[in-house]
Amino acid sequence: MQSRTKIGQNISNLITILDPNIMDVKGQIWIARDFPRCSGCRMCEIACSLHHENKIWPEASRVRIFMKVPGAEFPHLCTQCHDYPCVSSCPVDALTVDKRTAAVLVDRDKCTGCGLCIKACPGSIPFLHPKDGKATICDLCNGDPQCTKVCTKGGWNTLRRVSRDSDYSYKLYARKPEEITKSLLTIIYGEKGEELI
Amino acid sequence: MRGYAGKFSEIDLSTGNIKDIRLPEDVLRNYLGGRGVATKILWDRLGKRWETIDPLSPENILLVLAGPLTGYYPGGRMCISGKSPLTLGIVGSTIAGEHAIDMRCAGYDGLIIKGKAEKPVYLLVTDDNVEIKDAFHVWGKDRVETYKILTKEGTEALEKKAPGTREWREPSILHIGPLGEKMSRIAAVQTKFAHGAGYGGYGGVMGSKNLKAILFKGMGPLPEPYDMEKTKDLIWRLAEINFKADSMRRWGTGAAGYDVGARTSSEPVRNWQEEWHDEKSFGVDKFEERVWVKRYWGDFGCPTTCEKLSVVKTGPYKGAFSDNPDYEIQAYGGTNLGIFTPEGNVKICSVMEDLGFCGIQGGNVLGFAAELYQKGILTESDLGFPLEWGDVNAFTKLMKMIADREGVGDILAEGTFRAAVKLGKLKGEDLLKYAVVEKGEAIGAHGIRSRQDYVEEVSYPCSVQGGDHTSPAQRDLRKGDSELTAMLHDCGVYCWFNINDEEARALIWDFLQAVTGWPITADEWYNNMALRILAIQRTALLLGGPDFTWKPLVDDDIPPRWYEPLPSGPYKGRASEKSEVKKDVQRYFNDVGWNEQGIPKSSELKRLGLDDVDAKLKSFFSNR
Repeated sequence: MQSRTKIGQNISNLITILDPNIMDVKGQIWIARDFPRCSGCRMCEIACSLHHENKIWPEASRVRIFMKVPGAEFPHLCTQCHDYPCVSSCPVDALTVDKRTAAVLVDRDKCTGCGLCIKACPGSIPFLHPKDGKATICDLCNGDPQCTKVCTKGGWNTLRRVSRDSDYSYKLYARKPEEITKSLLTIIYGEKGEELI
Repeated sequence: MRGYAGKFSEIDLSTGNIKDIRLPEDVLRNYLGGRGVATKILWDRLGKRWETIDPLSPENILLVLAGPLTGYYPGGRMCISGKSPLTLGIVGSTIAGEHAIDMRCAGYDGLIIKGKAEKPVYLLVTDDNVEIKDAFHVWGKDRVETYKILTKEGTEALEKKAPGTREWREPSILHIGPLGEKMSRIAAVQTKFAHGAGYGGYGGVMGSKNLKAILFKGMGPLPEPYDMEKTKDLIWRLAEINFKADSMRRWGTGAAGYDVGARTSSEPVRNWQEEWHDEKSFGVDKFEERVWVKRYWGDFGCPTTCEKLSVVKTGPYKGAFSDNPDYEIQAYGGTNLGIFTPEGNVKICSVMEDLGFCGIQGGNVLGFAAELYQKGILTESDLGFPLEWGDVNAFTKLMKMIADREGVGDILAEGTFRAAVKLGKLKGEDLLKYAVVEKGEAIGAHGIRSRQDYVEEVSYPCSVQGGDHTSPAQRDLRKGDSELTAMLHDCGVYCWFNINDEEARALIWDFLQAVTGWPITADEWYNNMALRILAIQRTALLLGGPDFTWKPLVDDDIPPRWYEPLPSGPYKGRASEKSEVKKDVQRYFNDVGWNEQGIPKSSELKRLGLDDVDAKLKSFFSNR
């Protein structure tokens, strides 16, 4: 029974991968990321900050495009690690996992802005909001992410909505910007790419 | 007032004084931002003494300005201006990137930079704060080193301001290369390894102020628009419209590298001796197969992402990289130099970007020098080496000589027009006939002889921005690519390529209203606002000085080369007709309210509320 469910889930994953326009996949979703495809257009930041802040606000966008070296732009956003080190690091229990979406939710009343979640994240992905100093983390737009919509519609497909698999190592994507940049530099600029950073 | 951060920072590099200033609402209402506000500020502050001001002296003012639509309208840009060391007028020169968004998020609509620092400095612009920092350690550095050092230093400075609050993103950077430091008139203001504001020559102005770079990071949101719901709706509608521009997105302007040569025959080939080539080795498909590594590259909020990135991964030019395929630099760093390989083209562009050249001004002067060599006017003893068409290494050597201002490179660093005058004197020969320039500025890579391109007889002679192909005068004043329309984009400060589509163009007035709240109509723009800015820009151009003064009418002409028939291609034998140019120029002058000499009419200036401009013109021309 269990294996049949698994097969079913894999097929559903496959369909999502083949057709990124399918938006009503049942169950949890994940934002797949394909860094070398990123154009650096930051339309994801516009979509994100308009949705969450009703403003265009790049430094409050939950997805942030890093450009440590021009040409090597990529989106940096929460990957929902299976063990959620940010959640366990919070001394005031301000962070919880949304059971429905698997996203990390921040209780802004409880959060003291201590920054321990940033330190706990292997990719230093959370940040303190520039206005109120509270931890800010991608909440998957409550299961309907806005950044993937524009990225997919625009044909870049750097960020795609896919269904979440229970045993995939999403944590692999929780990497520090400098590390991701180095990998991209080699792809883009060739053997001397890493000298550019 | 909506859509504006509300303040500008005025920085005096001579004294180190920095203060915030505000412009009255009616000034912003009339001049919007970018090129318009630049024109207003420059005229108010320098107009009375315009002809006496050396653009490369501390007296000049460097303007770094956003517009009300920057960051909202798709494709964010910054407008750089000042008295132009090339045209001696006012050029609004725009450059894409995130710097203008960071500046607006930091609370500034622009920077007004005066004076000259005693030693090399850079500016760090953060929330409601501008600091002058020592730049001695980056002086002389190329684009990569400059970026490496300043990205690290800027990020550390941000971390210091708010430690532990986030993994900091790099600040946005505007900078100059070694060529700008040497006050060359053909140096660009650069960003992101491969973007430049080249027209106008403001890289040299930055250099003359000992200003190596400006770093920006704003933590706030963009200034609040008048109607957010409408603005949002327009943002997504424009995204949809631009998503449909398939070929522009897919190949960028790079498809033209072959096309404009082979089909419309209006591409500079060997210093415009020809405008046609059928070199399939130069097709965008070859770039794609051999060097093009980043399929889509774009700047803030751009749905088109027509920018590309190429890296040479094998052969003698390995490691070279530039934003190819891109039409202008394929033409000026390729065909104009007789170079017809993607690798050779990328190498030339890469060196130009390393050293801080404007790709157009640089490629034009290199082609000019090579034609002088072809004709035996410049010799091996002048240069130290032969300069044959297509010789990538020789052109690379010459670029280094120009950036070092060594030997004949010192003369060429002044740009094609001034080099032609100076070398002409030295050689005792008229060399201006080989200079494809307009009022001191190299002309963009779009010729008029075949009449198949978008530019017309009046495009360059009547433009208030010299040879700027992004601001061409057109007989139909309201045409999508006319100077008055281009000026709107340069004042709102966003990318022209996201408003190419007619459907998009029809939305611009709604967009302006949604962001600023001002009900500006097409009639108001074309009949009043644009003509006002145009009249001041034209006046500044006519005043010129101090090294040259353009003669009205005489200098409102196309370069001599374009009166020579095309020697090859499908439009072989076609040339421009003097009588036709003269007739069209007169018609244009009349249509924009200038007299038969191209001097803005008194009555028109009074109608536009520019009495001081009228008074200045009267006293200037009565004294001559």
